[in-house]
Amino acid sequence: MQFMLLFSRQGKLRLQKWYVPLSDKERKKISRDLVQTILARKPKMCSFLEWRDLKIVYKRYASLYFCCAVEDQDNELITLEIIHRYVELLDKYFGSVCELDIIFNFEKAYFILDEFLLGGEAQETSKKNVLKAIEQADLLQEVSQTPKIFT
Amino acid sequence: MPAPIRLRELIRTIRTARTQAEEREMIQKECAAIRSSFREEDNTYRCRNVAKLLYMHMLGYPAHFGQLECLKLIASQKFTDKRIGYLGAMLLLDERQDVHLLMTNCIKNDLNHSTQYVQGLALCTLGCMGSSEMCRDLAGEVEKLLKTSNSYLRKKAALCAVHVIRKVPELMEMFLPATKNLLSEKNHGVLHTSVVLLTEMCERSPDMLAHFRKLVPQLVRILKNLIMSGYSPEHDVSGISDPFLQVRILRLLRILGKSDDDSSEAMNDILAQVATNTETSKNVGNAILYETVLTIMDIKSESGLRVLAINILGRFLLNNDKNIRYVALTSLLKTVQTDHNAVQRHRSTIVDCLKDLDVSIKRRAMELSFALVNGNNIRGMMKELLYFLDSCDPEFKADCASGVFLAAEKYGTDSLTSLHVTAVLSCVLAGSYVRDDSVPNLIQLITNSVEMHAYTVQRLYKALLDDISQQPLVQVASWCIGEYGDLLVSGQCEEEEPIQDEVLDVLEGLLVSNLSTPVTRGYALTAIMKLSTRFSSVNRIKKVVSIYGSSIDVELQQRAVEYNALFKKYDHMRPALLERMPIMEKTATNGPTEIVQTNGETEPSAVEPKHPPPVTQPANQVRTPYSGSYSEQDSSAVTTQFSHDIITFPPSVFQTFQLQLLSPSSNVVPALNQGTVTQVIRVLNPQKQQLRMRIKLTYTHKGSPVQDLAEVNNFPPQSWQ
Repeated sequence: MQFMLLFSRQGKLRLQKWYVPLSDKERKKISRDLVQTILARKPKMCSFLEWRDLKIVYKRYASLYFCCAVEDQDNELITLEIIHRYVELLDKYFGSVCELDIIFNFEKAYFILDEFLLGGEAQETSKKNVLKAIEQADLLQEVSQTPKIFT
Repeated sequence: MPAPIRLRELIRTIRTARTQAEEREMIQKECAAIRSSFREEDNTYRCRNVAKLLYMHMLGYPAHFGQLECLKLIASQKFTDKRIGYLGAMLLLDERQDVHLLMTNCIKNDLNHSTQYVQGLALCTLGCMGSSEMCRDLAGEVEKLLKTSNSYLRKKAALCAVHVIRKVPELMEMFLPATKNLLSEKNHGVLHTSVVLLTEMCERSPDMLAHFRKLVPQLVRILKNLIMSGYSPEHDVSGISDPFLQVRILRLLRILGKSDDDSSEAMNDILAQVATNTETSKNVGNAILYETVLTIMDIKSESGLRVLAINILGRFLLNNDKNIRYVALTSLLKTVQTDHNAVQRHRSTIVDCLKDLDVSIKRRAMELSFALVNGNNIRGMMKELLYFLDSCDPEFKADCASGVFLAAEKYGTDSLTSLHVTAVLSCVLAGSYVRDDSVPNLIQLITNSVEMHAYTVQRLYKALLDDISQQPLVQVASWCIGEYGDLLVSGQCEEEEPIQDEVLDVLEGLLVSNLSTPVTRGYALTAIMKLSTRFSSVNRIKKVVSIYGSSIDVELQQRAVEYNALFKKYDHMRPALLERMPIMEKTATNGPTEIVQTNGETEPSAVEPKHPPPVTQPANQVRTPYSGSYSEQDSSAVTTQFSHDIITFPPSVFQTFQLQLLSPSSNVVPALNQGTVTQVIRVLNPQKQQLRMRIKLTYTHKGSPVQDLAEVNNFPPQSWQ
């Protein structure tokens, strides 16, 4: 996977994870253009498209679009499953997740993503294990910090 | 100084902003506060401030002044700080910045930290954005962690190693020892990431590929266990056990089995098993089937398995889910060259997909349809494709028009000429999407399809009435009206036919229109002139022609003057000069069409298209005396004579010529020079190149097959000049 973007139906970016080295300017441009392209697609169209020289896989969950750019050899259908697994993880963690959860707790969304994917590939295929790791890390965070500084 | 506001508080505040300007103001205020807080080197709130900065960065505001702060956070001992610090590094730093190299030492320390979650953070960051220098420095640490028994760290180290290898391929060797027993792990996370690592190594190095081939049985076993084992709640997705791992294993098998018979054989069974047993009601099952199909097609699988794969794709095409249809069409496109016949069986389904609502599916269906057109199905396919061309979106028209044109050129035979003409007409009517050199080709085609003249001119005339801006269309139309104007007005057409004056109006309109190019005007003028022998309103035509005798355009002027002269001084010659064009010989088309393989086209015997370098002296006892004779009337026919037992004689002429081979007079040359075999070859040599001929003789002598080569260079100059 080259990158993953989460954005709202108004085109506001909620999460951006880049696995390829690109400058801030380039990232902004790609995000802007790709978001426009996807928002312009009709609901009945298929979840895959070719954009520039990338394969794009995207899916809409409620008010959020989850969009991944994958390499040529990657399996698009399993990428849909990866997206779905990430949504399930968020759902389990936040308890019936909605866009607001991701807005107000964006750093946690990143932490969860980083326990699920590394360098663009899945590092853990068990939902339980990912959530357990996050739980432990959260605990470690609570223990290590002086009270009530962070949140 | 009061404590900086909390992250959630900031987010809430910013979201209350009603305008972009208001938001910008809030952000600027907060940035200023954060900046002064950074200046004060405040350790307590650094984490909170960087988190806020990251939020603002996501909204699109600059946050570069936070980069160094991220480094300080990473260096801190608190886990909270490290977590945000590493996140900030991944978001704000990229390898182009020198700053990020300062991370190297921190990461090194954290890779050896006592807490696995800290080690995890370091591995994650390195694996996501480590530069080549960092990777070089830290590869050793990663390799160490790849050998640990802690599966949490091992799986991360594996993916980190993948990144290191991608950045610094030379380091691949150092990870080889650690891969030794990666696959004997029980932990799925480690298995999955190990397979990814092995895949990366095999893709990059043929040596590694050869080395890891021995893992095929183990991979097959793991895959088998996944399928056969009962329900495992931890890894279950809709009834399938760890589909992610299954897909990755299938992909690795594909790489290992490619071009290797033994490996391919070893995986045949498991592939068949997966292909037949996987549940297809949900996307996840289809994802596995898709990967299986890709693997079957790429390795040296037996034909039964290949057919199974294509049939799976065929079933995909009928699936309600458009994603699955898309994926099927993409795969079929990849395999249509190698498994043409199998894909042909699904042709009707593919053609149905032309009517799909989704743009991507339509495009793929179109490409696949063109790949499937052949001599047998040209009629049916052309109908569908023409319908598609008519009704498709503008973005497709260009490609579809050229596709239809090429297909018609390639497979349109004489018996299908009307179809051919309709096809090409539609292309031209599709507008300026046709190549410029199509105009002469189309004209030639129309000339040769005599029975279509009336229909053609009628359709083109109607098109002209609608739109005169598309030059190829206008040129072809004017030419046709000039040629067949009499058919246009004669009542042969089914619909209401125009009267002569209307037709002349249209042609004159082309002459004066701003949209017409000079070339088009030339066509129009000539067409008007030709109508002088077909229409009765000769006076009107005379008037038009004389007007253009003083046109600024030199070409137009010259034509008009000549035509004028035709009326005045050579009126008796006019009918003969302007009569119907005869059928034209088809010349080789220029452009990207394939080189005509003259060898073996008419001979059914097997002939290799490539010839070894010519031997001027035949090696064995075959004498090939060339005795040429050519008839006076048709200087392009050449008769050759041979004396020997000959069964086949496929000559090859270099590619500037076109050959027509007639049947040889006999298949057997009698022995003892008692007779000869004669074969007439017609050579079309438009470029007047010197005739040379390479001969490859395949014959049986005393029961055993013999092959011989010769080259004939001594054709008399009169035969080709």
